[in-house]
Amino acid sequence: MNLQGKKVRLHDMSLRDGMHAKRHQISVDEMVSVATAMDEAGMPLIEVTHGDGLGGASVNYGFPAHTDEEYLGAVIPKMKQAKVSALLLPGIGTVDHLKMAKELGVSTIRVATHCTEADVSQQHITMAREMNMDTVGFLMMAHMVPAAKILEQAKLMVGYGANCIYCTDSAGYMLPDEVTEKIGLLRNELPENVEIGFHGHHNMAMGVANSLAAIEAGAARIDGSVAGLGAGAGNTPLEVLCAVLDRMGCETGIDLYKIMDVAEDLIVPMMDQPIRVDRDALTLGYAGVYSSFLLFAQRAEKKYGISARDILVELGRRGTVGGQEDMIEDLALTMAKQKGLI
Amino acid sequence: MSKKLNAVIIGPGNIGTDLLMKMKRSEWIEPVWMVGIDPESEGLKRAREMGIKTCAEGVDGILKHVVEDDIRIAFDATSAYVHAENSRKLNELGVIMVDLTPAAIGPYCVPPVNLAAHAQNLEMNVNMVTCGGQATIPMVAAVSRVQPVSYGEIIATVSSRSVGPGTRQNIDEFTRTTAGAVEKVGGAKKGKAIIIINPAEPPLIMRDTVHCLTEGEPNQDAITESVHQMVAEVQKYVPGYRLVNGPVFDGNRVSMFMEVEGLGDFLPKYAGNLDIMTAAGLRTAEMFAEEAANGTISLPERG
Repeated sequence: MNLQGKKVRLHDMSLRDGMHAKRHQISVDEMVSVATAMDEAGMPLIEVTHGDGLGGASVNYGFPAHTDEEYLGAVIPKMKQAKVSALLLPGIGTVDHLKMAKELGVSTIRVATHCTEADVSQQHITMAREMNMDTVGFLMMAHMVPAAKILEQAKLMVGYGANCIYCTDSAGYMLPDEVTEKIGLLRNELPENVEIGFHGHHNMAMGVANSLAAIEAGAARIDGSVAGLGAGAGNTPLEVLCAVLDRMGCETGIDLYKIMDVAEDLIVPMMDQPIRVDRDALTLGYAGVYSSFLLFAQRAEKKYGISARDILVELGRRGTVGGQEDMIEDLALTMAKQKGLI
Repeated sequence: MSKKLNAVIIGPGNIGTDLLMKMKRSEWIEPVWMVGIDPESEGLKRAREMGIKTCAEGVDGILKHVVEDDIRIAFDATSAYVHAENSRKLNELGVIMVDLTPAAIGPYCVPPVNLAAHAQNLEMNVNMVTCGGQATIPMVAAVSRVQPVSYGEIIATVSSRSVGPGTRQNIDEFTRTTAGAVEKVGGAKKGKAIIIINPAEPPLIMRDTVHCLTEGEPNQDAITESVHQMVAEVQKYVPGYRLVNGPVFDGNRVSMFMEVEGLGDFLPKYAGNLDIMTAAGLRTAEMFAEEAANGTISLPERG
């Protein structure tokens, strides 16, 4: 594979996707110190939001230690070169949250829908464009449909005003050939001024390999998180990707040793549990299940005595999509009743 | 003299058509007109085939028939953007408006919780909240009538096929309106609503989760009994309304996991979200008709 001379913009997820792994309990001080160190290391774009996006604070997804306003308001003024992005899932957050984020200085908004439901993003993408934000359409669980469907939905988002489209492997299910096909089709068919991005999860340990495939197929933005702090087995570990891209001669503008130090000295000590491809995280990737279901399924296992793996496999079989965390306790209760445990 | 009240349905889409099919079976409401804006629309064709009068000139086209056909009830299944004007024009002629859009210019109506009060006050415009609101607010109210609820949260999961373009273009209206009604009708001090659209095939039946945070330790026995009573109340007009799991108690959290199966009138049974809206809207109009027949309320005078 030849990526020599290519340029790619890396986008850190540890302070948004990483919120899942931290049960949304990252402190404001931790947010600021991690973001400042990444800024110093040359990370161009950093996402800061509740794990489930603006307005995600809830019983269903977890109440965060602080509000999105508090996190964004603390981090953004400290940034010297890095821009800050926020995630918004229509159905959870609203345009009111979007306006709040814009006022606090968020430059990039990522409007996320399930990969077949792009038409719920119209009002949010349109408004973000009107406010001159860098506007990203983020198609989640993209492994569930063929490439042509992703393209059809991407075109809707581009029509509403998105200037960048993400193919998002929320379940960490994809293998490199699928990434090549989907990113390649988007790159070939969407207008040149629309950037393509890839967001991976490491549940099948494919985060780095899939990101390379995406860059080769034309992706200009790659998501990952420093030290892999993210849902499931984490996102593509960015310090590893940086080292690989450096060896391949692909430019990221990031100082490798500095980003390695952020991972080792700041983020790993924050982890409540090792973030690795354990049995349950592997099940997410294998069965194609939304990565943030991991800790919910493990909690349901403790409470109701049904194995997290069995719960996750059944959720995959039922075709659950991002945001259906409520189905985990519901399903665990039903399975426990069937087994006569309650 | 017939006790039935004559009605017009505005908007021949999924909601309007399903409503018409249910209304055909009603003992209290007689569907007379279906109003649309496109003479060639499938919805108006269907209505004509079902033997009711149709009008393709919008609400303005029906105004001259209101008195002549003694129209007393209107159901608006169009959009929040045009509802206020539709309502003003018809209210002026003494027609009671049942609002199935998220416009919510009149008070929210969730039948087992507050319909009786609205009917007795002869509210001329009542709003049916949202499908998610109809499915979940009775549960929030079932908890809050036992003890104070500081926070109520609902998650509505609906099949992709059952969500029309209007809802999709303005999904924020769903979350705002539902959250508002969780507070105002459900009785939670703070409300939150989430909607998830799932494209699985075969389509999933509407699922709803309700979480309430109570003030103080929840009274488990009283809440459980209240929830079961409320489920039975909703089942009177939506037979496929079911408590799948719960109430589950965890500290001060009370959670109910619901499933809403429709009657399969216009859309298949999975679209319980459609049914619970139309059934609640029709139930609302029927109660106005019952109260008028009993003489508890007097419909606006007509010359």
